[in-house]
Amino acid sequence: MAIFRTRRDWGILFAFLGFLAVCPLFFSDRVLTMLTMIGISIVSVHGLNILTGYCGQISMGHVGFMAVGAYVSAILTAKLGWSFWAALPCAAMAAGIAGLIFGLPSLKIKGFYLIMATIAAHFIIVWLILQLYHVTGGPDGLPVPKPKIGSLVLKSKTSYFYLVMVFTVLSTLLAKNIIRTRAGRAFVAIRDNDLAAEVMGISLWSYKLQAFFIGCVYAGVAGVLLVHYYAFASVDQFPFIDSVWYLGMLIVGGMGSIPGAIFGAVALKLLDELVTIVGPILSAAVAAQAAASLALIARGLVIILFLIFEPRGLAHRWGIIKAYFRLWPFSHEE
Amino acid sequence: MTFFLQLVVTGFTLGMIYALVAIGFVIILKCSNAFNIAQGHFVLVGGYLGYTFLVVFGLPIWVSLLLSVVTAILLGLVIERLTLRPLVGQPELAIIMMTIALSTVLEGLAILIWGGEYKTYHGVLPTVGMKLGKISIPSESLIGLIVSIASVTIFILFFRYTKIGLAMRATAEDLQVVQSVGIKATTVYAVSWIIACVMGVIAGILLGGVSGVMIPLAEVGLKAFAVVLLGGANSIGGAIVAGIIVGILENISAGYLDPLLPRGGMANVFPFIVMIGVLIFKPHGLFGLARIERI
Repeated sequence: MAIFRTRRDWGILFAFLGFLAVCPLFFSDRVLTMLTMIGISIVSVHGLNILTGYCGQISMGHVGFMAVGAYVSAILTAKLGWSFWAALPCAAMAAGIAGLIFGLPSLKIKGFYLIMATIAAHFIIVWLILQLYHVTGGPDGLPVPKPKIGSLVLKSKTSYFYLVMVFTVLSTLLAKNIIRTRAGRAFVAIRDNDLAAEVMGISLWSYKLQAFFIGCVYAGVAGVLLVHYYAFASVDQFPFIDSVWYLGMLIVGGMGSIPGAIFGAVALKLLDELVTIVGPILSAAVAAQAAASLALIARGLVIILFLIFEPRGLAHRWGIIKAYFRLWPFSHEE
Repeated sequence: MTFFLQLVVTGFTLGMIYALVAIGFVIILKCSNAFNIAQGHFVLVGGYLGYTFLVVFGLPIWVSLLLSVVTAILLGLVIERLTLRPLVGQPELAIIMMTIALSTVLEGLAILIWGGEYKTYHGVLPTVGMKLGKISIPSESLIGLIVSIASVTIFILFFRYTKIGLAMRATAEDLQVVQSVGIKATTVYAVSWIIACVMGVIAGILLGGVSGVMIPLAEVGLKAFAVVLLGGANSIGGAIVAGIIVGILENISAGYLDPLLPRGGMANVFPFIVMIGVLIFKPHGLFGLARIERI
């Protein structure tokens, strides 16, 4: 079945793409920066969604794999003078291979144990980056050139916004299609019951590693986009806590749903914006440290509230709203 | 040789503290099948509570310990009732995410209340340093050793001989049977969270005495996970033995390997290398039970 089934679906798609294309005309640089960051998060969350939401392999080392992609691209472009477009696939592959290596324990363990293995992966990756300071710059970081198309350098916020949006839209389509393939169906079977899946003839070994590979390739691409946006690579851009937020985006948006990944990324990033607006006011009113703590508390509370009251996330709510309008005027409470 | 023994002695104390944190983790896992990622943040809160009672209020260490334990009991009760109780029967991932979210909220609250700055109460602790031959045991280590051994003993006695302790062990064995003989599982869950919180807070006070309190203190939780995995996730004895092993190995590896590496930092990454190794080669740890699954 096609992703876009009716003319109306195609119409909505093109209207949305058109809206993205004209975004820079209306919005300030600040909003564009926010949208760029949301786009990068969406790419990353799609990867995590395939790995965790669809295949059920919980990863808390996602940011570590982003760092692998980011640093491979940074080294290739900054030290060896490769172009962004040549470095990008190499970086994505490198992140995927790192995912394969750290995904190996997933063949024996699951749930909490896998979380521990992926947390360990994050800290080992960051430690390696700091140790290999001859190539990575260690704690000092590494300046990275901005990507170029022909002779056009994507320096401005607007041009980078377009670059990221292309990747976001393509990665969404790709994710949507990956989960419709044989592998995608195998992922869902493994998530729902891995023993039953194995008995049905699904090779856990092959498909779990495929899920890790695909998820980490996504992470790698997101990492590449992130460092080239800042034109600087540093381990501080990849803090462990971000892996938690990516999982939080999945929870808020709804696990195992492509729109869910987008909703979650947008919702938590908008919450951040709210925090940056409210934070200084609170800081002035209550205490100086209120702004720093507000982000942590707000995001943590949102995740807690979603877990208790809407465990299937915004995507579920979205489905209910859509059904309401589809059935209108005969809609009723589900 | 002296250097080696010195590392072993301080590592042993550190290991006992890790064991405290790990016991808190294991007790929740045994009783309610929940993996508590926020265990390290109980340690963080404990460190700041120690600072508050010792420095801000100027109370003696034993009174401070007692007051911190009381606070920890309240904290454990509130956390269990508000966040974990609604998730009883939910999938494992939801519970893990809940404890992760809990850890960020606790961290945020710690920053809000104590400002997230480096606090130390090194000078307030009584000095009871000891010398065994050429090895000197610093007074924080000695206090840590005494308090942690006392806590572990009290806990084991509680777990073995009191009625609620028996109920907890029974719940770990078989939830359905326990419910059918009229033991309230929710009480057991609440008590397990209280114990975890108390253990974490005590460990926090002790670690705060050694190295000061700062937000990264919560990463002790991650090291405790390595301990839990090495010992076997559902074994309390395993947590103690593995705690001591990881504490000593961490100190030795930091003492001998750091000079060889250009940037050091071995003590921080070592527990994770242990973790990956254990997970690949012996996923059920030293004393854990292998799970047999049926469809």
